[in-house]
Amino acid sequence: MALSVPADVHAANRGGVLIGRLARSRELTLACVTIVMVTFVAIKAPSFLASTNLISVTALTAIIAIAAVGEALVIITKNIDLSVESTMGLVAFVVAIALKQQSLTVPEAWAIGIGLGLVLGMANGAVITIFQVPSIVATLGTLSIYRGLTYWVAAGHEINISDLPAGYTEAASQTFFGVPLFVLLAIAVVIVAGLALRYTVLGRQLYAVGSNAEAAATIGVRSRSTIFLAFALSGMLAGVAGVLWGIEFGQLYASSASGESLAVIAAVVVGGVSIAGGSGTVVGAAIGALFLGLINNALTVLQLPQEWLQVIYGAVILVAIVTDALVQMRAQRAKARSRLR
Amino acid sequence: MTDSTTIDAIESAGAASVPPPVALAGVSKRFGATQALLDVSLALLPGEIHALVGENGAGKSTVVKVLAGIHQPDSGAVVLDGKTVTLHGPAHARSLGIAVVHQEPRLFPDLTVAENVFIGHVPSGRLGSVNWREMRRSADRIFESLSVHIDSSAVVRGLSMADQQLIEIAKALSIDARVLVLDEPTASLSAHEVVRLFEIIRQTRDRGVAVLFVSHRLEEVFELCGRATVLRDGRHVITAPTSELTAADLVRHMVGRSVSLFPRTTAHIGDVLLEVRGLTRVGAFRDISFSVRAGEIVGLAGLVGAGRTEVARVLFGLDRADAGEVLLDGKRVTFKTPSGALEAGIAYVPEDRHLDGLVGGFSIAQNVTLPIIPRLFPRFFIRGGRERAITEDFVERLRIRSTGVNELIEALSGGNQQKVVIAKWLATNPRVLILDEPTRGVDIGAKVEVHRIISELAASGLGIVLISSELPEVLAMSDRIIVLHEGRMSAEIPRAEASEERVMFAATGQMAEETSSGA
Repeated sequence: MALSVPADVHAANRGGVLIGRLARSRELTLACVTIVMVTFVAIKAPSFLASTNLISVTALTAIIAIAAVGEALVIITKNIDLSVESTMGLVAFVVAIALKQQSLTVPEAWAIGIGLGLVLGMANGAVITIFQVPSIVATLGTLSIYRGLTYWVAAGHEINISDLPAGYTEAASQTFFGVPLFVLLAIAVVIVAGLALRYTVLGRQLYAVGSNAEAAATIGVRSRSTIFLAFALSGMLAGVAGVLWGIEFGQLYASSASGESLAVIAAVVVGGVSIAGGSGTVVGAAIGALFLGLINNALTVLQLPQEWLQVIYGAVILVAIVTDALVQMRAQRAKARSRLR
Repeated sequence: MTDSTTIDAIESAGAASVPPPVALAGVSKRFGATQALLDVSLALLPGEIHALVGENGAGKSTVVKVLAGIHQPDSGAVVLDGKTVTLHGPAHARSLGIAVVHQEPRLFPDLTVAENVFIGHVPSGRLGSVNWREMRRSADRIFESLSVHIDSSAVVRGLSMADQQLIEIAKALSIDARVLVLDEPTASLSAHEVVRLFEIIRQTRDRGVAVLFVSHRLEEVFELCGRATVLRDGRHVITAPTSELTAADLVRHMVGRSVSLFPRTTAHIGDVLLEVRGLTRVGAFRDISFSVRAGEIVGLAGLVGAGRTEVARVLFGLDRADAGEVLLDGKRVTFKTPSGALEAGIAYVPEDRHLDGLVGGFSIAQNVTLPIIPRLFPRFFIRGGRERAITEDFVERLRIRSTGVNELIEALSGGNQQKVVIAKWLATNPRVLILDEPTRGVDIGAKVEVHRIISELAASGLGIVLISSELPEVLAMSDRIIVLHEGRMSAEIPRAEASEERVMFAATGQMAEETSSGA
């Protein structure tokens, strides 16, 4: 998508054009790398492509991707939402408890879960925009608060799959034309969010606020309400992810989904959304989620020494980001050269 | 590069028997496909202020960066005292006595003034610890020698642009420079501060320092400089004593043809559009009253900090007034947000096009339509075709040079970026347009264009408020000039009576009582 990368179309030297194109299609390059990786792993360990493996990988990936779309909206505005994992955990637990007590139908459970996510996101947005506090600090606080609330709700209990109605958990194995429901849902979220970013006034304003908040302010874009909305949407999508998390795992603890914020943010950043705001796409974020999900799984399937998994996983993230930074630098230098006289 | 060319260059530059402290000999520099400099020779003499002029992109900045050691020439060389040297970097250049003050102050906002002055060569005590007292004292000494009052223990953040510029100069002088390079030092200063700066530059010259003064403002070149060198498209055009040149000559050499700097079409002056009565914002300005008619250009002159921008911000709804009223078409209006002002037909082109004006990463079209997208696409969905069509119209009217409306804003030259900013505000279809320093930092060619646009806009019936620190610009463009001094109106001067002296007197508060509060 043209908005994503400041690559110069008519950079004077040819290398600049090539690199510019590559940088421009960040999503495409990442997709290519993902395909290469899948091929490599599939050759080394054919079990990688077994449908049970793929379904479990894509389910988790879809959950992260949906949360990553929300996170991308926030990061585009030059903010960050660290509380996603706690929102997911709280939503999953609250929904599950409500279902366990049989006070809700399944559609109601979905609605409650998404609504709760929205409310938690709005709380983030309110704190950040009303008191003008840095989002990294504010969501660090709510990360802990939302998790604390989950412990309070859980009151020392956990939820087993047998506690949940079949109508709820069976969504995990549902497929349409062979594609898991989760994946379809993630694709739908990406398409809607992607189109909205590209073709709506709100989308344009999100980028404007992230790229140059003061310029946005002087033209009457209400930065605060735009940022508030980004956090609300991020919370809502984290709510969706939370509901899916409950469906996927069935077994829920107060600590469920701990650590997933980092996976979500990593997906967004690996997907080419600039942490400095103002550029990137949700398609990139989703592909980032897919890439990291597959890597994580590949490391297991390849039976690499267990104790090294984390290191390799982290290294892959670093390599992806550093490569991107290098490409960006080259592209920018080429652009500067074409302008500087 | 041979020795003979070096000597030729120096001799042709008119040096006496003593070689100049610094010279460029046949310097060429290429960036990708762009020949930034081609065989440029230039000698700076001790005790002389040498002007370097040229349009944006003519190669001035590259000359500055070569002297600063930031760029190494592809061929040719920097010659110090007749000896060819290779400058390995800014620190090396500094150690050889070449001090460079860049266009935008590059200070560390969270450090103190003294720390900024001595950054890179902090006075240290035994064990290498920072000698704070010595540092502050030395900084004070430098400021004293410049007869400037700046608290050296103050933090830089929050200081005015002018003070920051002076700190940059103090920084340059702190190394006992033999060569002082000033890259458009007056771009962000008001007339009064420019006077002070010029005194400092002259003092520096009188100490035997060779000064290179890069500027867009021709009147400054004539006022300050002994000789001038013109660059065009990376090539040396002419070096001559300023006494043998006229402003028209310089402009002709710079753009390669003759142009009129202030094209002015006469406009029919209509009814009062905007009226300001007793407008006051505590701490910024007091009791400001004036009116703007359709087709009229009202100049708002004054020193930086006199309250001009602050008035504009209130008119545009960015700040609130504490007292007084604003009338649009005779009806009282108050704006809580810029959106309100935009809807009412007031647009404000802010001073700093990078900070407040443009959104990086956006195309020309996306920037132009940004203020109006909610209005343009009430059904929330952006239609690219419509957006491009609107932008193309402005690109044509304002003669914005680009490869197309989808070109990224960063790819445009400064002058064209400024035109995009203006286009953006025109897209809101305003009736009153407030322009804050619209030609700051753009080159002569673009300046002429901006003047033409302003003039045409007035002719089309817009009321225009023109804030400018450049006196020739205010004088030539305005139908009436409102002068502010320390937040108060010190004069309202009609075009026929306006002169540089009168405006300056009023701006420095020297005849505040004679003409005041008209409208």
